[in-house]
Amino acid sequence: MTQKIIVQGKVTGKVLKSNQPINFLGTIDKKTGEIIDKKHDLYGKTIKDSILIFPNGIGSSVGAYTIYSIKSNNVSPLAMACKKVDLTVASGCALANIPLFILEPDEYDKIKDGDEISLG
Amino acid sequence: MELTREEEESLNGEHGESLQTAYRILSAVGEATDAERLVPIHWAHVSGVNYNTIGDAGEEFLANLSKNAKFKVLTTVNPMGYDKDSVEKFGLDENFIQKQESIRKSYGKMGMTASFSCIPYEIYDLPREDTQVSFAESNAAIYANSIGHLKTNKESAFSALASAITGKSPYSDLRKDDSPSMSISMKVQDPNELTFGLLGYFAGKVADKSVAISGVKNLDKRCNKSLCASMGTSGSCGKFVLDDNSNASEKVDFDEKEMQNVFDELNTADSGDLITLGSPQLGLEEMTDLAAMLKGRSFKKRCLIFCPRAIQEQARSLGYAGQLESAGCELLSDCCTCLTPLVTKKDVDSVTTNSIKGAYYFKNSNGLDVNLKPLSEIVSDETS
Repeated sequence: MTQKIIVQGKVTGKVLKSNQPINFLGTIDKKTGEIIDKKHDLYGKTIKDSILIFPNGIGSSVGAYTIYSIKSNNVSPLAMACKKVDLTVASGCALANIPLFILEPDEYDKIKDGDEISLG
Repeated sequence: MELTREEEESLNGEHGESLQTAYRILSAVGEATDAERLVPIHWAHVSGVNYNTIGDAGEEFLANLSKNAKFKVLTTVNPMGYDKDSVEKFGLDENFIQKQESIRKSYGKMGMTASFSCIPYEIYDLPREDTQVSFAESNAAIYANSIGHLKTNKESAFSALASAITGKSPYSDLRKDDSPSMSISMKVQDPNELTFGLLGYFAGKVADKSVAISGVKNLDKRCNKSLCASMGTSGSCGKFVLDDNSNASEKVDFDEKEMQNVFDELNTADSGDLITLGSPQLGLEEMTDLAAMLKGRSFKKRCLIFCPRAIQEQARSLGYAGQLESAGCELLSDCCTCLTPLVTKKDVDSVTTNSIKGAYYFKNSNGLDVNLKPLSEIVSDETS
């Protein structure tokens, strides 16, 4: 299922899937793990304990600190999986030790929001 | 990614915890971008300085890291949360100031050059063409690649920090191949800096790593910076070239309709309670220009201008800072519009600015409405 493992880990959990890229800074509340950008398709949901699947990270370089913060605040996803991994998500997950995967494109498309899956 | 023996040892923790952390970050980034090896970099510019953005977890991480880590190359730093000369005017709580001070000390211990600026390219001389650097601030990375002819990926706060500590970065993406995969045709007539900001925001959304823009000749500094900053906000694109004959496979138009869509996404008010200029911070050229535009005029509302300290000092000695202050502007250094804790819902509902990047974060992080206008209109509408 995974094309590449960027940060090692084994997880099983419920998928929270977004069709939109994520700018971690400004989109996610680092204290609660809630999506606070009203324009985002996950608005109002929390990423805590999910397997967060989204196309790729965008925007602020400081988003890496948001990823580190959500882990420190115990509101992080169990793992993240993307189509394409950008430097912010890769470095943030590496430092926070959140398992991170790149998925095969067809697998990525098949996974639906709410699915129970295992990665790693 | 292939590592040398020494790099491998560092990753395994044989040369200390901070180097291990740095190599862990570089390895993940190298893996994600299919790098084959690390290359030396000659200048790092790190983000993650403002307590408002990195919070307690970030402050603690830096305090811990700075016990052992030392920067190996020139390392400039992004803006922090406030200007210490005027912080008492803004009612920040003691905790904020204490934590911000701790962050400043941590970077100081690691050996930063205290720029506190998002426009290091306007303060320091740029190294020669094609020099590998590692810039985290997205507008600075795009500016370095597109206008400064340097080589950097659109680094993250941690990848640039890891590069600062090791003097290395994965050789991948734009460092290796920066040819545009898309060409955007600029169709909007009589563009100003706001138009280029809207174009950049659009380009960031649709383009991959590098984009060609046709139909644009020379851009002045204000337009260039506006384009770089907005492109960095909306996407992962790290470079643009002005090229009417690009052989990029994908072609896209940017016309009045696309422009209006982006404008409607970010503009949410017809007027602002406060004006902010500078995201990116203003450089000397823009300050000089603004002083001339404001001759004999004065702002009717509070107007905050963000600029690097080094630039403010120059502007002061040349007399421009005084002229701007006479026109009612407040000059703030070491901090910026973007993610400022100084403009909050407690005091204002809406802000007028010409910055697309500023608008995005005012909306999403500060929860404020935004009134977008080009600088010329801000001056004609908001001064008398």
